Amino acid sequence: MKRWPFHGGVKLPGHKEESTTRPVEPAPLPKRLILPLSQHIGAPAEPVVAVGDKVLKGEVIAKAGGFVSAPVHASSSGTVTAIGEHPVPHPSGLSAPCITIETDGKDRCLKHKQQTDFRQLDPATIREQIREAGIVGLGGAGFPAFIKLNPGKPVNTLILNGAECEPYITCDDMLMRERAGEVLRGLLIIQHAVQAQRCIIAIEDNKPQAAHAMQHALQRLAADPIDIVTVPACYPAGGEKQLIKIVTGQEVPSGGLPIQIGVVCHNVATAAAVCRAVEHGEPLLSRYVTVTGSAVAEPRNLDVLIGTPVLELLNHCGTDFNNLEEVIMGGPMMGIALADHGVPLVKTGNCLLAVSRGEIEQRPSVMPCIRCGNCADACPVSLLPQQLYWHARSKDFDKIQEYDLFDCIECGCCAYVCPSNIPLVHYYRFAKSEIRSLQEQKRRADIARERHEHRERRLAREKAERAARHARKKPGTDDKAKKAAIQAALERARASKQGAPPDDV
Amino acid sequence: MLSAALALTLLALVFGLLLGYSSIRFKVEGDPVADKIDALLPQTQCGQCGYPGCRPYAEAIAAGEADINRCPPGGEQVIHALADLLGREPVPLDPERGEEKPPMVAFIDESDCIGCTLCIKACPVDAILGAPKQMHTVIAEECTGCELCVEPCPVDVISMIPVKEDIDHWKWPLPEQENGELS
Repeated sequence: MKRWPFHGGVKLPGHKEESTTRPVEPAPLPKRLILPLSQHIGAPAEPVVAVGDKVLKGEVIAKAGGFVSAPVHASSSGTVTAIGEHPVPHPSGLSAPCITIETDGKDRCLKHKQQTDFRQLDPATIREQIREAGIVGLGGAGFPAFIKLNPGKPVNTLILNGAECEPYITCDDMLMRERAGEVLRGLLIIQHAVQAQRCIIAIEDNKPQAAHAMQHALQRLAADPIDIVTVPACYPAGGEKQLIKIVTGQEVPSGGLPIQIGVVCHNVATAAAVCRAVEHGEPLLSRYVTVTGSAVAEPRNLDVLIGTPVLELLNHCGTDFNNLEEVIMGGPMMGIALADHGVPLVKTGNCLLAVSRGEIEQRPSVMPCIRCGNCADACPVSLLPQQLYWHARSKDFDKIQEYDLFDCIECGCCAYVCPSNIPLVHYYRFAKSEIRSLQEQKRRADIARERHEHRERRLAREKAERAARHARKKPGTDDKAKKAAIQAALERARASKQGAPPDDV
Repeated sequence: MLSAALALTLLALVFGLLLGYSSIRFKVEGDPVADKIDALLPQTQCGQCGYPGCRPYAEAIAAGEADINRCPPGGEQVIHALADLLGREPVPLDPERGEEKPPMVAFIDESDCIGCTLCIKACPVDAILGAPKQMHTVIAEECTGCELCVEPCPVDVISMIPVKEDIDHWKWPLPEQENGELS
């Protein structure tokens, strides 16, 4: 099958072997589970339990807070001990609302309903099941999965993203090796839901075992329109738009979505979760997580309950805390450094990278931009990173948007190749968050203006009404009218007395 | 000679009618410059500029009566935006008008509120809820932080507290500038 290269990208050392030698095992049940209400893009979930409630594994503890939202389920049985702020994995290191469950160690499970064959279900029912299961894009973005299953347009190609291009991360690789059947059945369910004409499973060529396992499972299923495509290992081949370019040759328009060109893309782990949700009615309770890095004695993949504190996972894999520089959630290119090891693992957390002190050489000093253009060559979105950099530095937020800042996927290729070690992505993130904040300020100002104008109008109206009341009370014309009315009433009374007496007297 | 004069008169008449019609047909309501200025102001309606609200200040700027540096809540960012819009040089904030502060929100200590409604009357955006002899409270989401309610309170139970930083409103800081850069 033909493949189309995307612009730019970088070849990175994989560091994948470290964590793929040991089989995946379940992480031990933690004493406490911390479940953030916002583990997805969209409105935070709303708690439906109270402190002191007993919950079973799989029970809904927070319902979706809107259309673009996802519910949260208890990932083990126990007692709700707190609903409130707790540190979460976020670059700010700030806290966010979480539900804390003290586990009882019994892992008692809510009875899942028995499911029928998905082919007999209509797409709307499947979407509803996936929505209720709280499944979000497990590749990292965390967009509620059911929305992508309702494209509203005919789907030409459904792509299953098994590229996993970032160094160190191997959870999708191990998932495909160990649960290939589940991934494939999930793909078939998604295909049925979106009525896709053809399916492509894209796997980077540095994962031959995963590709082999998928091929094997495919032969057993004998599903027809599914192709397994190996793509050359080149970061960021696993980026949604880059992968679409590689396997279809089509480009997603700037600021647009893949569905505009008839493509839907899902991660392999999302497909596996979809399979469990539809076949067994099981919500998203756990995921594969790579725990690796030079500070980890036994790098491996674990099957982790959502909400498990990161510290327990690091301990389980033998992390040398004396020699620990930092822990990154995600990969070395796009991950975030964790300020606190007590944060929970969330639905989108694919990897914990524990970096030892010696591993990153002393952060090289930042030098001025020499306009070499390496960044523009490496940019997989064909942007002009140095122009973006200059405009971000000078806080020229109109100009930077003219250079399509919001098409930047923050992959870090430009910063990686920069000979002056400029933290370019950091500048773009700064500019993006400033622009979003200005938009928010504008929105609030507009509301305030409207409320102020409303109040002015109301005050003017009240003043006018008061004046009118005052005018009505004035003597003179009013008196005359009153007298006339009294006179008229007297006349009427007199007339009725003089007229025919009523019948009933 | 005569035909030329006639032709010119005719042309003048036609264009005159056209202009007259256009001035009625395409009449612009309001003051578009003041609208554009008003759109840039932060709409706190605090009156620190010396005008009774953002709109009057915008009209004063548009009329050339007020300088662009009288808005402390907008701070440097609004001065720059106004300078850009009006083609002027940015000037520093007028210190007589106050200083730029981090965003604040009013808070009423409800246990001591006597329900006098004076703050409700002072609030320019109707962000305080309450009734006579009933406890009042600030609708934090709608509060612009103008501080106009603080002064009228007879029992001094209204305080301005900084807006709490949360994940949704957190912003990436500007990276440290490079070593070798000439500033």
